[in-house]
Amino acid sequence: MKIKALSAPYILWMALFVAAPIVLITVYAFTTSSGEFTLNNFSRMGSYLPVFGRSFLLALIATVICLLLGYPLSYILSRESPRFQQIALMLIMLPMWMNYLLRTYAWLSILENTGLLNRLLSALHLPTLNIINTPSAVVLGMVYNFLPFMVLPIYSVITKIDRSLIEAAQDLGAPPANVFRRVIFPLSLPGVLSGITMVFVPAVSTFVISQLLGGSKSMLLGDLIEMQFLGTAYNPHLGSAIALVMMIIVLVCMLVMNRFGQGEEQAVIL
Amino acid sequence: MSKELIRLRNCSMAFDDEIVLNDINLYFNDQEFLTLLGPSGCGKTTTLRIIGGFLSPTSGDVIFDGVRINHIPPHKRKVNTIFQKYALFPHLNVYDNIAFGLRLAKTEIKDTNGRIRKAGLSKKEIDSRVMEMLEVVSLRGFENRSVTALSGGQQQRVAIARALVNRPKVLLLDEPLGALDMRLRKDMQNELKRIQQAMGITFIYVTHDQEEALAMSDTVVVMNEGRIQQIGTPEDIYNEPKNAFVADFIGESNIVDGIMHEDGIVEIFGRKFKCLDSGFAPMEPVDVVIRPEDVDIVSIKEGMLAGTVTNITFKGVHYDIIIDFKGFKWLIQTTDFCPVGSVIGIKIDPDGFHVMKKSQYSGMYGDYSSYSAEYDEIGDAEFDPESENAATEVDGYEN
Repeated sequence: MKIKALSAPYILWMALFVAAPIVLITVYAFTTSSGEFTLNNFSRMGSYLPVFGRSFLLALIATVICLLLGYPLSYILSRESPRFQQIALMLIMLPMWMNYLLRTYAWLSILENTGLLNRLLSALHLPTLNIINTPSAVVLGMVYNFLPFMVLPIYSVITKIDRSLIEAAQDLGAPPANVFRRVIFPLSLPGVLSGITMVFVPAVSTFVISQLLGGSKSMLLGDLIEMQFLGTAYNPHLGSAIALVMMIIVLVCMLVMNRFGQGEEQAVIL
Repeated sequence: MSKELIRLRNCSMAFDDEIVLNDINLYFNDQEFLTLLGPSGCGKTTTLRIIGGFLSPTSGDVIFDGVRINHIPPHKRKVNTIFQKYALFPHLNVYDNIAFGLRLAKTEIKDTNGRIRKAGLSKKEIDSRVMEMLEVVSLRGFENRSVTALSGGQQQRVAIARALVNRPKVLLLDEPLGALDMRLRKDMQNELKRIQQAMGITFIYVTHDQEEALAMSDTVVVMNEGRIQQIGTPEDIYNEPKNAFVADFIGESNIVDGIMHEDGIVEIFGRKFKCLDSGFAPMEPVDVVIRPEDVDIVSIKEGMLAGTVTNITFKGVHYDIIIDFKGFKWLIQTTDFCPVGSVIGIKIDPDGFHVMKKSQYSGMYGDYSSYSAEYDEIGDAEFDPESENAATEVDGYEN
């Protein structure tokens, strides 16, 4: 088959860069450094429960904030003139063109105890804030970095809602609030679901943001895994096990959400 | 029947300096089936949207039941619309689509203290009305189906039910049958007419399909270039078109220059003919319409005029024949076969002529030269039903 031949490079790509790493991680997770089978890596994980809890909690908070900011932004944007929409979208995307690390460092220098924010506050004779090295700073960093991933899918779904559906709702007696609640919001759910996924997944596994803005006290899963591979606590087997468990939890979350949004076609990009 | 319900008074509409409606004056009677007919861009949909409340006219008044409603938003108007592509809510099933308006509706009820307060409809009431409507549009048993899983005809019925369940005084229909195939279209035409008569609702129907307009309407309003060209019953519009545009748009017409000598005498091609028209100035230049079915083919001796057949097309019931009269090509419909190249005579009864005053459209329509050229190209090929479309296309009214 011609089509099959054409898809060969993609199948190869997927096998090499998607399937193989997962297989490797799974193998690592169930073996010791000498290659024997073990469940030890998983039984040791109990002590890291707080890290799991913190990671999911912070990612959840960041996702909710992104949704609360991103939905109204997308909705308002979709009602503006095409010209305005173009410019605004550009501005939303612009920070993404800059290095992620650099942007996070920028927040560091803003939030530091002697950083821009506090200097401004003291210049205005206001009490200074101690944000750096707290979970709040991590959440802030996540929201800043991942907001575009919430805005873009919601925006693209809302702009695609057929104008005549809104008119039909008005025609049938729906005042503006009702048009939103009964038509626009339900029809934008697929965008909301993919937005949530696209924010939550990177947020739960981030390590740069938490390292730079969260200090040692708010270690997240990403940091923990990184430590097992590159850090002082070198143990790739434990790291793989943690990564595997995290992946399974995320998958379960996504499945539950998919179920929740059933009936909405092309719902979530996993 | 003849109570006036809606009136558009001196309504004009412009989008960015482009005038779409030019001083429209029109009234709609209660329980009437009125069709706005015209080519695309003639302003018919704009007129409908003004009545629906989606547009406010740049100038002029919209009067509903004696009240000016220019700035009343759509959700407060007692008017419902059936949209061109139905605009069914894809996230709701058939039942919820139809119940949409009822769930928003408020009725005035007297509470136990005799005070009047507003309340939503009860679940029971909504249910019985939705079920009743499903019956009307023959979709009983479909209530839990997803609307995206329905066929075009079924979606159309849901759209009708969703609008009518609210018991509007007026139903606006924006080319509702445009997406359906021929057979289904005919069925739905009958169905719509039946529903309209049974429920006693005013229908304002927008279409560019003249057959549809003639078949369904009590009153037809022919529009072009943002102006009303003619208002009348289907028979009036067909038999007594006001100008060349209307004559050409409604059915097939041969339109030739003529001179009205006196009442009952019209001259075309340099010869005088008896006609039934009157009321023109002596020797007034006029447009004369001759419908293709009003021309009889006779022998050259008996004929009033003689011409050469340049084309013949079999149409089922009749033949379409193109005849060349000194360079001017006519369309004639006849059951007689006349081979291409033969010379034939024609005869027209006095009631076959319709004389119109000259208008801005004079000379623009009613010549079948291009029509015939179109056929010459495919003349050698076997008869192709597609050529029917080709014939309508040369008129210049693509959708």
